[in-house]
Amino acid sequence: MTSTSGPRPPIESGVPNSFLYMHPMLKKNYGQWDWHDHPRPGVLHHVAKNGDEVWTVRAGTPRQMDVYAIRKLCDIGDNYAEGHVRFTSRSNIEYMVSSASKVEPLIKALTDAGYPVGGTGHCVTMLAHTQGWLHCDIPGTDASGVVKSMMDMLHDEFIREEMPSRVHITTSCCQINCSGQGDIAINVQYTKPPRINHDLVSKICERPTVVARCPVAAIRPAMVNGKPSLEVDEKKCMCCGACYPPCPPMQINGKDCTRIAVWVGGKNSNARSRPAFHKLVVANLPNNPPRWPEVAEVVRTIVNAYKADAKDWERMGEWIERIGWPRFFEMTGFAFTKHHLETWTGARRTLNMSARAHF
Amino acid sequence: MADEQETTEKSTDAPAQHPTPLLDQLETGPWPSYVTGLKRLRDSKDKQYAPMMNDLLGQLEHSFTERLGFWKGGAVGVFGYGGGVIPRFSEVGDKFPASKEFHTLRVMPPAGYHYSTEFLRKICDIWEQHGSGLIALHGQSGDIMFQGCSTENVQKAFDALNEIGLDLGGAGPGLRSSTSCVGHARCEMSCYDEVRAHRTVINRLLDEMHRPGLPYKFKFKFSGCGNDCTNSVARSDCAVIGTWRDDMKVDQTEVKAYVAKAGRKYTIDHVIAMCPTRALSLNDDDTLEVDNRACVRCMHCLNVMPKALSPGDERGCSFLIGGKSALKTGAMMGVMVVPFMRLETDEDWAKFEAFAVKLIECFADNALEHERMGEMLDRIGLPAFLEMLGLDVDPNMVIHPRTSSYVRTDDFTDEANKYFERKKKAAVDAAE
Repeated sequence: MTSTSGPRPPIESGVPNSFLYMHPMLKKNYGQWDWHDHPRPGVLHHVAKNGDEVWTVRAGTPRQMDVYAIRKLCDIGDNYAEGHVRFTSRSNIEYMVSSASKVEPLIKALTDAGYPVGGTGHCVTMLAHTQGWLHCDIPGTDASGVVKSMMDMLHDEFIREEMPSRVHITTSCCQINCSGQGDIAINVQYTKPPRINHDLVSKICERPTVVARCPVAAIRPAMVNGKPSLEVDEKKCMCCGACYPPCPPMQINGKDCTRIAVWVGGKNSNARSRPAFHKLVVANLPNNPPRWPEVAEVVRTIVNAYKADAKDWERMGEWIERIGWPRFFEMTGFAFTKHHLETWTGARRTLNMSARAHF
Repeated sequence: MADEQETTEKSTDAPAQHPTPLLDQLETGPWPSYVTGLKRLRDSKDKQYAPMMNDLLGQLEHSFTERLGFWKGGAVGVFGYGGGVIPRFSEVGDKFPASKEFHTLRVMPPAGYHYSTEFLRKICDIWEQHGSGLIALHGQSGDIMFQGCSTENVQKAFDALNEIGLDLGGAGPGLRSSTSCVGHARCEMSCYDEVRAHRTVINRLLDEMHRPGLPYKFKFKFSGCGNDCTNSVARSDCAVIGTWRDDMKVDQTEVKAYVAKAGRKYTIDHVIAMCPTRALSLNDDDTLEVDNRACVRCMHCLNVMPKALSPGDERGCSFLIGGKSALKTGAMMGVMVVPFMRLETDEDWAKFEAFAVKLIECFADNALEHERMGEMLDRIGLPAFLEMLGLDVDPNMVIHPRTSSYVRTDDFTDEANKYFERKKKAAVDAAE
């Protein structure tokens, strides 16, 4: 570091060079892999064109980790693996080893330390999650708490590969949906228009920006109690909360107005069917910390129905497309309501423009 | 040293431990508990962050009770950069003073999330000294999230992380941090060098990240094949997805071995019948027939039979533009704008880099404030976008041609001639 008195200028180094940290076997065979198989749940075996082999052991983490947990995972990496790890986009840790004999002791070390080995192939892998009450400035619910509760329930499905295809579950703490599309998505749904603190609006908010932010043009400038403020046409408002980030005095969160909705059939992969958005199943579930039991029950019901009925390789949305939505709602026992009918832009394309029906 | 002494003094007369009856319930069960981790930090009495984490747990328990978040943003940053720090000030800082400032540093990890344990330990040591001891691996943005830093320590933490080769990621209206799949490092499906692509684009455009001045956020994501493990199609303004243009490779001996093991009916039901474009057929001798012109590189059969089937030799990527989440006009998937760009030679890579730069320029010049690329595309229409980027129209850009007759077509013949000229040129190029 420089010893001069001025502030230290940053070294704009950008994205670090992965080859400084990559497992030597991965570096050696970069771009030269030939095939892979799954010796057991939680373990991948990759073979390079030159015959080199590498085994990967995957384990779940809570994502939000203290330095002691990370150091423990490093200790396991030094003592039972080969000093190199990587993470998946769903916060699973992966240890690469160049000998099959290292796999079982590594699995034991991880399991003994409380890190479940799994998350590969046709399983329910770790939930994608956001920040929630721990760190977000606009959260309707917690993130890590919901994930912990769901993964406790789905632990057996994480450590096995007994699902028809992979199941990606996502959770988001507001309707912006930072966690993206999921086979099952657990997302906050606001149920009431924002409550406005008119004393603060003109002090904190740039009013034209807030007006422009509303997706349904429900916000307009108004004088309230002699102060410039904003008002919301509550008939138009669909309670998305988009006005809250640019104008915190328009409070959307609250004990009585955050509910949870569960969606199904989202997918990003191109395999078989095109990438797809998730679709609504149940709304208005209570936002019930610390364990969200009502949400857990809905997720369990959907996972069980899918597991029992889908064909191998069919993702959640593909299974439902085959059996039809009437049967999906029958099998799971959830209600089909007017709220399942799309009313947003492009709604017509989601309606049944044919005489085909499932009976 | 002065800091340490002060901390020691503070921790001696630190306020009593906050009770956490709701959070305590998240310590049971088989999945590793983040609450247990937070408590380990709280209970490290000799560490500077112990009081901060006690109050953080207090505020989190308060959130669980009230079902409300209590963080607000603000302005905190590091010298020379306009983004990369997520400021968090507590709205209940009077009750929980030690965590009243709890900022996040977004830091870009090595592409593909590769680490040595040695490097991870260095990261932990720095965060133990300057921050809360809490790290998310990784945030949805693709960053390492160093969560929990006082305003005073943000610069110190950044300087120390920067010295070991790490740099801040994106926040605000600018280029955002990216992610790339494991790809070339450990996956036989990978169709381009993801580390090179990721670092080429982001490091070339770093100025747009560190001094954000775009109309709104802009994300690139890099997936090596159509399985799209980075979820780029729905989660990035520009998805770079690997593909190949020639025929897929088939090892018929391995196909037969697969059929022998899985069974003929299983193979027909789960490989042949699941092909979305009916490009596959199982021959009577249990070999596979592939209609490569019908194949859309969806990856299904390769996923089922990775030992028998592989991508072809002429590899590169597709670009899909405009993916985003709900705000404000609804979630969007990216749409195909470049079906194939070869990524092999240095010349190919130069074209690739130039395209990324042009794309950002197009967004900077044409998007409205707080408008994402997908929304801009909807507003101006794909033809205008293609013209700006100098891209040729291609039938791979549509599910089917237009169905509305409300369009002016008086220059149709000129446009058709351009198409035929392009086809002729492509045929000449291919012959050379």
